[in-house]
Parts: sequence; structure tokens; C-alpha cells
Amino acid sequence: MEVPVPREKWAGSIGEMELGASLEKGGSRSSLRLGGNKGLPFLSFEDPTSRNVALAGFVADSLEDVPLPVKRAFGNAVNDPARWAAAWKEKGADLICLHLTSTNPEEKDVSPEEAAATVMAVMKAVELPLIIYGSGHPEKDAKVLEKVGEAAKGERLLLGQAEEGGYKSVAAASMANGHAVIGFSNLDINLAKQIVILLTDYGVGRGDVIIDPLMAALGMGLEYSYSVNERIRISALSGDAMLQVPMICDCVSAWKAREASDDIPQAGDTLERGIWWESTTALAALLSGADILVLGHPGSLQIAKDALKGFRGEA
Amino acid sequence: MATAIEIFKHLPKKNCGDCKFPTCLAFAMQLANNKAKLDDCPHLSEAGRNALASSSAPPIRLIKVGSGKNAVDMGDETELYRHDKRFFHPVAFALRIADDLGEDDLYKRLSYVRSLRFERVGQVLKMDLLELECRSGDADRFAAFVKKVASESELPLVLRTKDAAAMSAAANAIKEKRPLLHGADASNLKEMCVVAKSCACPLTVGADDLNGLADMVEAVRKEGVEDMVLDPRPSSLKELLERCTIIRRSAIRKTFRGLGYPIYLSIPAGRDGMLMASTAVMKYGSLLSFEELPASNALPLMVLRQNIYTDPQVPIQVKPDLYPVNNPGPDAPLLFTTNFSLTFFTVMSDLEKSKVPVWLQVVDTEGLSVLTAYSAGKLTSESVKNALQSTGALERSKKGTLVIPGMVARMAVKLNEATGLQIIVGPKESSGLPKFLRS
Repeated sequence: MEVPVPREKWAGSIGEMELGASLEKGGSRSSLRLGGNKGLPFLSFEDPTSRNVALAGFVADSLEDVPLPVKRAFGNAVNDPARWAAAWKEKGADLICLHLTSTNPEEKDVSPEEAAATVMAVMKAVELPLIIYGSGHPEKDAKVLEKVGEAAKGERLLLGQAEEGGYKSVAAASMANGHAVIGFSNLDINLAKQIVILLTDYGVGRGDVIIDPLMAALGMGLEYSYSVNERIRISALSGDAMLQVPMICDCVSAWKAREASDDIPQAGDTLERGIWWESTTALAALLSGADILVLGHPGSLQIAKDALKGFRGEA
Repeated sequence: MATAIEIFKHLPKKNCGDCKFPTCLAFAMQLANNKAKLDDCPHLSEAGRNALASSSAPPIRLIKVGSGKNAVDMGDETELYRHDKRFFHPVAFALRIADDLGEDDLYKRLSYVRSLRFERVGQVLKMDLLELECRSGDADRFAAFVKKVASESELPLVLRTKDAAAMSAAANAIKEKRPLLHGADASNLKEMCVVAKSCACPLTVGADDLNGLADMVEAVRKEGVEDMVLDPRPSSLKELLERCTIIRRSAIRKTFRGLGYPIYLSIPAGRDGMLMASTAVMKYGSLLSFEELPASNALPLMVLRQNIYTDPQVPIQVKPDLYPVNNPGPDAPLLFTTNFSLTFFTVMSDLEKSKVPVWLQVVDTEGLSVLTAYSAGKLTSESVKNALQSTGALERSKKGTLVIPGMVARMAVKLNEATGLQIIVGPKESSGLPKFLRS
């Protein structure tokens, strides 16, 4: 008996974009393509184009808020962002997600010039595409990202992050130097759309925007993110142009869950559990529509790689 | 479900009221809303009944495994996406035990299953079933083993063997416990159907591709067995996701009616198995049978299941209580927040990040976040005061101050009057807490 394949008839698709600029495009890195999908994640009967999901390795230039298991996995390399990034490359990351947390004026208050030098050092150490975040301090981030954007002009970085309350400086830093920008919103499909509208109204091309709808980790509101992401994807595929942009999901927050790092009686090996805590968060992000995953532990990266192979039918 | 008008066409149109509704149309409307049963109409013609029964049947059949309070309900789902309404019956987890296990090892295994039990935001996460496998090849031994386990454990059982004779002996020995029989495939279909019918137990139906599976389902139905569970036997993650999606979509979108049953999946040990299991929790599995399940994998999977099967319209609430963070003493400051899980988790993680010892009072706001609760009148100076009293918070923190969320700064005066505490307005966003507390 022939079971008819129930394909949804989607009217839209996710826009394509490239991160990292190669030599001939004026940069010095490898590049990767994202987006282009015409169906829900990993359903080959709906969307035969192979889904390209990029896995980013988390790096920070200050260890204040870095979870202990993540630090341990990289040993001494965590004291030097360039070495840390090189270790990620070794372990198979597709790109590097560098947080310039040291620039936070309430902590080390490293200058924008020094931060830009850190970025250049990382770029020299690995030729992978880069995602660059400031410290989350709005005024300082504006200066830091401006400097970094200039220093890495033409390298097609992904700059984070634009929010409804402050997006102009990061948008300007990206537009002036050919970088892409992350539009962040807080667990809400309408806010996700809003930030894309704000950025594009300001002059950023829609092909230069990636949305971050906030990936809440396993046990910490994952179900909200899972459904918000799914709704964003379905709206995009149904034709909402402002949501037809790739999506980034940061899974490192999974390590903040008590159950990811505390010893718990009868709950098995703590590190193994923590790696699955992050990996399960990553899987929920993948199945709900992520195009980039940011991961903290190399064990999670390996699992995510295996998952991608599995979903593509390569394993 | 058909519309009221479509249903009405098949009703006798006598308006006799025997169904307890004044008119046939009123009855049709109740049927369409699932508020009445077809059997309530005594005058329905055979043809009308058949037409309506097929269109009013739930898209995915409800299958019950086990008996009593531990019985597991599977199927009867109505949605493709949880945000459209909710997923109803959480995917059940079973651990496999083979009948060639020695007595000691059996008891160890049973106590291991019992140990996989965690309390989390007021719910108990645990294993739901045991799958007993006939590996000995000996029907008598299998039946004795099944009886023994059934007397030792209250969990519902899946019986796993391809041998109909062994299945018959084991299933009949415990049939009042309504085990799931795993199962029928092309090699033993008729014999397994005879067993399932004779002991009135649900039966899994397995095939290596969906077309074959649909044929098998049809054949099993012709043998008179309706309570089925599908075993689509994916050999990869891709097959698992795609087969489960096709089965669910066909049923919900009504593009094909032959696969409207819950899905059983056999989960291999190791990383591949964990990936399959996580995927199946999100994408339409009903029963996962694990060859092995280390505790370090079980907890994340159970929490994933808890998350995915949460009703999106009902916020998860944490227990209103006084929570010590970073080992606080009597000098540590006192803060409060609401019992909406997301708010609580965020605040908790930011407090832990600050490394500053504090007491956190969680106020019962029926799961609403700070501003929503305040606007809805669920967060008042009285409710905060009562919460502090009920947990004895002021005996624990003797600092005489209360830090309140910046979003409800306007509560400061009334709170001061109600509690006599000095009120300090904290940051509007939880992320500002570490900096706020350190300064």
C-alpha cells in the first residue's frame, strides 16, 4: 500500500547568506553558506537541499562567567583566545564565537583598541569565520564593535548583538565594513520580527541579518524557545519575509542549569550529564530551526556533528 | 472531526430528544465539539453509524498499556506542533530486561529502574514500563520470568518475542495486566493476532518501510485486532525523524488514515540511541524502549520530555518557598521573585553567578511573571508579606531589608508599611543582579 507523503506546500524559503570572506572576496578566511532552506528542518521529502548548519565554538577573552567544565575541556588554552580558537578548529568547529567580555567597564574595562587586537590575533590563529560579541554593556559595546568592525573590514564577521533598545551602533559597524549582524529578541516571534524590521529600516540588508530569538536551555524554559523557533520557521516558510533570515541559537547557557554541573545522587556521571544537557538543548534548537549553534564543550560539538550527519542520512 | 452540518446529514433528524439534546442539530453540534458520544443516539442507522464512526474516530488511536494507576496511555494526539494546543500523552520510557538474566542481576536491574526517579518543579520524572525480552528461546522460561517480574514490579510491561507460542504462554500468564505485545511482523502476523485477540492485549506491528507497515496494519485489522502500536524500525536518525513525521502528519492532516496509531521505537545503546531518543521525544514518539539507559542520559531525556509536554497555556510553577543561594547566613540580604518557572530559573542563575550569599523568597503568583502578576493583582504587598511569614524568612535573614524587582518599584512604599522592612529597589532585569549585589 502506497502511503502518500504529506508534504506541506510552503510559499517561502530562508534567505541565503555567507559568513567569512575568502581572499578573492577581500578577506582572509574560509567562508560558509547558511540558509536557503525551503522546508522544516531535515525533512528531505519536503526540502531536498541539504541543510547547512554551522557549529560555532564559544571563546571568551575573560574567564569570569565561563562554566568550569568548559574551561577544563580546554586546559591552559582558555587563557589565550587565539589558542582557544585554534583548539576549537582542531576539534572541528565551523566558526568561532568570541565574546569580548574583558571590555566590560565594570570589570577589566579593556579598551576597544586592545579588544580589536584580540580579534585580529584570533583571526591570525584560525582562518574560520568569526562571530564577535562585546560584553553586553550597551555604551561600551558600541565603541568596541565599531573598532573591531573597522579592524576586520571586509572579513565578513557576524557582529552581536542588535536589540530593540540599541541597534544603531552595531548596525552601523556592520554596514560600514561589510559584516553581518545578529538581531536579538527575547523569546517572542513578534519581537524577532520587530528587530529585523528595525535593522532593515535602518539600512542593513536583510541578507546581512541573523536572528537570535534566545535559546532557553533544557529545564530552563526550553519549551518556550522550541515553540517560538518553530513558529518563526513556519511563519517564514509561509511567506513572512521579515522572518526569512537564518537563526542562531546559543546553547552554552545550558551549563548554567544546576542539573548540568552539580553532582546529583542517582543521576550518573556529572560531566557526561552536563554534555548531554548542552547537547539536548542543541538538538531542540536544530529541530526547531537553528542555522548556527554556539556550543561550549567539545563533547557537545562532537554530538551535534553526529546528529547533523544522522539527520542528513550520512551516518 | 467533521463539522456539525456534515454530522447532521447522517443523523435520523427525528428530534426525539432521546440523546438528551433537544434536536438532532444540537446533538450534532455537541458531537462536533467532542462533548457527546455517537452511542447516545439510539436511532442511528447502520450506514450512518459507520460513516460517522470513521470520521469521528480520533486521528491517532488511544492505546492503554498496563492496568491500574501505573497504566500508560499513548496516542490520541491532535497536533503537529505543541504551540497549536499541546501534546497530551508524554512519550513513555521503557527499559529492556532479558529473560536470560540471573536472579541477582534481575533485582539489580529492577532497582536501577526504580532509582531513575527525580523530582523536578513539583513533578516526578521516572521510567514508565519494563520491556521483557525472550532471549532464552525457551517459552516456559520466558513465561515464568514474565510472571516473576510482574509480581516484583508495578510497572506496565512490554513483552518482546517473535515466537507466537512463547508470547502466548507469557501474555496469558499476566493478561489482566494488559501488556503490550512486541510483536507482529510479516513473519508471524496471523499467529500474533491470535495471541493478541485471545488475551485482549495491544500489539505492535513492525515493518522496515512505511508502505509495508501500512499493509501490515491493514492485515492486522482484518484479523480483528484494533489496538495497535506502530514500530517503524528506523535505521538512522533521518529515517526516524522522517517516518515519525509522515506517520503523524498523515494522521492529523488526514491524508492517509491507515497509520493513525502511537509509535514505538526500539532505542539502541550509546550515543546514536540517545540522539534517536531525544529526537523521538520532540518528534512524535509514544513509547521508547531502551536497550540501556545510563542515569546521565536519563535525566536530560526526562527533563526534555517534561519540557516538550508542558501545556503551553499553563506556565510551569516552582514551589513558593525560601531558597538559600550561595550559602547565606543571617546577614545575607533578602530578595523576592515570582513562582513562574522561567523567571525563577533566570533569577536563580543570575544570583548564583553573583556568588553573593542571599535569601530568595519565591511568592506564589500562580505562575505569572513579575509585571504580569503585579498587573493582575497576584503580586501585592499582602501576598509578599504572607509569603515571608509562611516561610519564616525574617528569622533567616535578619538584615531588615528587602530587595524588590525593579519592575515593581512602585510597590516600595506599601511593602515598607506592610512588612516594616527597609525596601531596596533592585534592577529591572535579572541580569543586573550580580552587579547590583556586588556593589
